[in-house]
Amino acid sequence: MTTVETPTPREMTVIYSRADRIFRGIVTAGALTSLLLLGLIASFLIFRSAGTFREFGINFITGTEWFSDGFREVGDESRADNSVFSIGPMIVGSLVVATIAMLFAIPLSIGGALYIEFYAPRSIYRILVAMLDLAAAIPSLIFGLWGIEIFTSFGVRWATFLNDRLGFIPIFSVEFENFGRSPFVAGCVLASLVVPITTSVAREVYSRTPRDLIDTCYALGGSKWGAIRSVVMPYGRSGVIAGAMLGLGRALGETVAIYLMLNLVFTYSYEILDSTGGNVASMIALKFGEATDKEISALIASGLVLFVITLIVNMIASNIVQRTTPRA
Amino acid sequence: MTQRTMTMTTSDLSATNKLEDVQGDNSSFRGLETRAVHAWFGKHHALAGVSLRFPERTVTGLIGPSGCGKSTFIRLLNRMHEFIPSAAMAGSVLLNGSDIYDPSEDPAMIRLKVGMVFQKPNPFPAMTIRENVLAGIKLAHLKRDNHDDIVEQCLTRAGLWKEVKDRLDASGGSLSGGQQQRLCIARSLAVEPQVLLMDEPCSALDPGSTLRIEETIKELAEKITVIIVTHNMQQASRVSDYCAFFLTDGGPGYLVEADSTRKMFTNPSDPRTADYVQGKFG
Repeated sequence: MTTVETPTPREMTVIYSRADRIFRGIVTAGALTSLLLLGLIASFLIFRSAGTFREFGINFITGTEWFSDGFREVGDESRADNSVFSIGPMIVGSLVVATIAMLFAIPLSIGGALYIEFYAPRSIYRILVAMLDLAAAIPSLIFGLWGIEIFTSFGVRWATFLNDRLGFIPIFSVEFENFGRSPFVAGCVLASLVVPITTSVAREVYSRTPRDLIDTCYALGGSKWGAIRSVVMPYGRSGVIAGAMLGLGRALGETVAIYLMLNLVFTYSYEILDSTGGNVASMIALKFGEATDKEISALIASGLVLFVITLIVNMIASNIVQRTTPRA
Repeated sequence: MTQRTMTMTTSDLSATNKLEDVQGDNSSFRGLETRAVHAWFGKHHALAGVSLRFPERTVTGLIGPSGCGKSTFIRLLNRMHEFIPSAAMAGSVLLNGSDIYDPSEDPAMIRLKVGMVFQKPNPFPAMTIRENVLAGIKLAHLKRDNHDDIVEQCLTRAGLWKEVKDRLDASGGSLSGGQQQRLCIARSLAVEPQVLLMDEPCSALDPGSTLRIEETIKELAEKITVIIVTHNMQQASRVSDYCAFFLTDGGPGYLVEADSTRKMFTNPSDPRTADYVQGKFG
């Protein structure tokens, strides 16, 4: 019997060509730069907002008061600085308005994308796709302005209807009937500026469904709707969620449309038809111009909170995507 | 089994070859039949004047070089052709004597009767093995209450039951390529088609899996009609009862001849058929 000696694994080396090395250098530099930028942004936000968090702690996130003691002279130590900064209602407002927007935007986008990809006549298909992709690239403010014009009349009617029929449910009740400045109508406007990007992504994803799988559905005696339901939608699910996240990012970060539409009120309000509300981004825009040093620190802290919220939402979404994507 | 098909050969194929002369007596013919079928994609004339008969419970191999219209032809047989934009056709396709292109026919119903297996194994990725087999029943809204029996039957007929019976809830994508293709065959069988079209079902598979599928095809032919496109001459000679040879001279594809597989491989009428089956071109 001869014993076979187990060999030690050999080391494997790679020799990169000159072109490879240069290209490698360029892409590495690019990747590191963006990481560095992200790190710098994060450390800037944390550094500048540290004072605010130290002073107000958790109350900054849960409190309902924003008061800048701006009349105190700089360096005037004769009386204490009575500023109080907290953004609880704005955080809730951001989430409420963005949620309303997505409730409208997601079904609209999926329907629109399916129509363009599977039902639109071939003669207008290219035009529709081009228009949609163009619309997705237009700054959201343009749609925001259009939305404000259109939806403050449309939305008000829907809001009146909801309040009329469902007013007994707390979230649809109002104190004063000023629907035009309600989170509900603001959500409709946000939906109008989110829909182009989410529809564009959804259409792109649906168009990548393997033709083979769709054909198989037909070959099994399935209808077009059957093919869409059992192949196209499951296949595109993760992509559509990713697109919705892009849209949600826009909705959470939208500044001007909200700034123009809502009265920023620092009380918790879940009545979506009432004329109170606001969101973090528009609050920052509103306050930044005349802010004191201390207030600027608080505004930057608000930015950090928004940053973290977006991060959390994205993590939840990618988790959902991973859990719903079948492993092939 | 070979004996049975050989005896059918004489009567049915004489009809095939002289199809133009026997337009009258079609009502009695059981199986699938095409009459002077043409196909276009836009202005491109892809297929010209193909008349063929596929008797019930036989296997017919469609052979010929690439681009001669075999796949186009097979997709005409269950109305998949019309999904390609700008596709058009002429002529008629009769299933047991009735025209499947008749305006009163629902294409979805036709496809229930004439199933199809594709070149690349393509189980539905989001579904388990069991769900894949039952997918057609769900898609076509068929009323069936013995789902477990259907799953077992179809997987058995497709020669896959023994390998997967303990993991019916695993994803269809977890199977090997050959198993996936047999799963696709089982999926087609679940809606009880009368005809099964197979477009190069083994071209993406290894020899062992190919052999398994060929056995499956032979067993299927005891109950249904199988029409298979293949580039593999040995496969055509192994599995088919009849062969139809397609060719193109740069223009539209056409049918050169159709006959019993034995005759096509030993003593074909057309010298081009002899050259092709012996591997002299294509």
